[in-house]
Amino acid sequence: MGWLPGAIKACYFIAALLFILGLKRMSSPRSARGGIVWAGAGMLLAVLATFALPDLHNRGLILVALLIGTAAAWWSGRRVAMTAMPQMVALYNGMGGGAAAAIGAAELVGFAGAAVTLLDGGRFSADGQAPGAAQLALAVLGALIGAVSFSGSLVAFAKLQGWLDRRFTFPGQRLVNLLVLALAVVLGALMVGGLLTPPLIAGFFALALLFGLMMTLPIGGADMPVVISLYNAFTGLAVAFEGFVLGNESMIIAGTVVGAAGTLLTQLMARAMNRSLGNVLFGSFGAAAGAAQAIDGAQKPIEAADAAVMMAYAERVVIVPGYGMAVAQAQHKVWEFARLLIERGVKVKFAIHPVAGRMPGHMNVLLAEAGVPYDLIADMDEINPEFPSTDVALVIGANDVVNPLAKTDPASPIYGMPILDVAAARNVIVVKRGKGTGFAGIENALFYADNARMLYGDGQAMAAELVAALKGLDA
Amino acid sequence: MLDGFLALYVFMLAAFTGYEIIARVPVILHTPLMSGSNFIHGIVLVGAMIALGHAQTPLEIGIGFLGVLLGAGNAAGGYVVTERMLEMFKSSRPGGRESR
Repeated sequence: MGWLPGAIKACYFIAALLFILGLKRMSSPRSARGGIVWAGAGMLLAVLATFALPDLHNRGLILVALLIGTAAAWWSGRRVAMTAMPQMVALYNGMGGGAAAAIGAAELVGFAGAAVTLLDGGRFSADGQAPGAAQLALAVLGALIGAVSFSGSLVAFAKLQGWLDRRFTFPGQRLVNLLVLALAVVLGALMVGGLLTPPLIAGFFALALLFGLMMTLPIGGADMPVVISLYNAFTGLAVAFEGFVLGNESMIIAGTVVGAAGTLLTQLMARAMNRSLGNVLFGSFGAAAGAAQAIDGAQKPIEAADAAVMMAYAERVVIVPGYGMAVAQAQHKVWEFARLLIERGVKVKFAIHPVAGRMPGHMNVLLAEAGVPYDLIADMDEINPEFPSTDVALVIGANDVVNPLAKTDPASPIYGMPILDVAAARNVIVVKRGKGTGFAGIENALFYADNARMLYGDGQAMAAELVAALKGLDA
Repeated sequence: MLDGFLALYVFMLAAFTGYEIIARVPVILHTPLMSGSNFIHGIVLVGAMIALGHAQTPLEIGIGFLGVLLGAGNAAGGYVVTERMLEMFKSSRPGGRESR
């Protein structure tokens, strides 16, 4: 069986290649679907190749764990609602971080055993040598990052799921967090120095998990997408480091690619939300907000029938959906309304703010679920110059991302955030549940603008009324 | 383990690859892409399988078992949710190839 190790290495190589090509395909809407299938084929190949490793024991146990984990995740992933996607990504990402930490733990425990009985030193390293300092350091580092990603992602999941509404803050929190991290690093350094005892290993993991927990607890729900993306990059890095320890090239390549891509994605998201990463991790939203401008004027209501007529005879209509539309499950009705307008010859577009929904791109997924073709969906830079020539902008369930105060009021916590220039349209219709403020708790000057009319009601019900009114026009 | 400098080169090139692939991606794909890259680091499953496959003491076996369980969850869950998101992307242009 001299050919087997080579064949397995070849499989890992092909898997790594498929991951990169898959990710590449996923970065264009046209080929994205194929991308995940390619990456999936790579994963299958790598798992099968691993089963063929000649010195693999506990195959039965591996198979049992594999089947349970796969079945549970497959089942939960199938039935989760599209609106809950961000927290599911957080959950699965946490699992990956946990797995990387577990590999690190198994390595360290193994090394500890080897240190006691020097006879079979380093039986966990692929080439059967005693662990070097670099190998130990990477195992420790990967375990640390993986454990932080694990507990941090679980907190992010709980927050987005609504199980943890409060932000946990106390005086001196940053200092305590820093202390916990420093202590974990010290224990890790001791282990790399050769002091591998079980209590030390246990203490190290306890501190790492605690740090992930404490780092994430004070962060508000609005910032969670950035945090999840960051932990996604963390897990990639942890996987790469453990891959170095195990000498597994597919783990190194895939982990590093995800680590780099995830870091960039995190920056893109933070920028889209007008937040710096440091601000997300160490500041709290709106804590130092000054007195916001008072807004003069009144909100002017409109009836659904009038709104429908206004749009039916318009030339260009831009629909601006927000997370509120998704929560009301109104996207199907809104798309039905848009289709009726299109049949009447109205030019309809959907305008999406980078952070519409719970994270960048989330709204696109929700609209796609309702059947809206992606070429009718425009992003912010594309649509903003078109608002002045737009007859009606229909804002449904969006608030902060269309708030002109972001441009005009330096005291506003959202000041400087890029917004959709809805107010530049000739007419604005805002579908809104009531007169309250948005997710960030800020008054919206748009609602008081002269060209704005408020359509009060639940998104789903109002969309249905608009559809009915439009159908009534032709009857 | 890979020889020190060779490992560094692999690390550097893979990092650039990841960075370049994402650099030109449209915002509409950020969520599926995050989910897709989340699936790809599910390759950690392979490492967990190796760890469990080489485990000897009950403690090591327990840790390895947990690792495979979590790794499989990462890979399978990541695949399912990404695939579900991406299968919904389609174009309104007639003749445009659908979703692939």
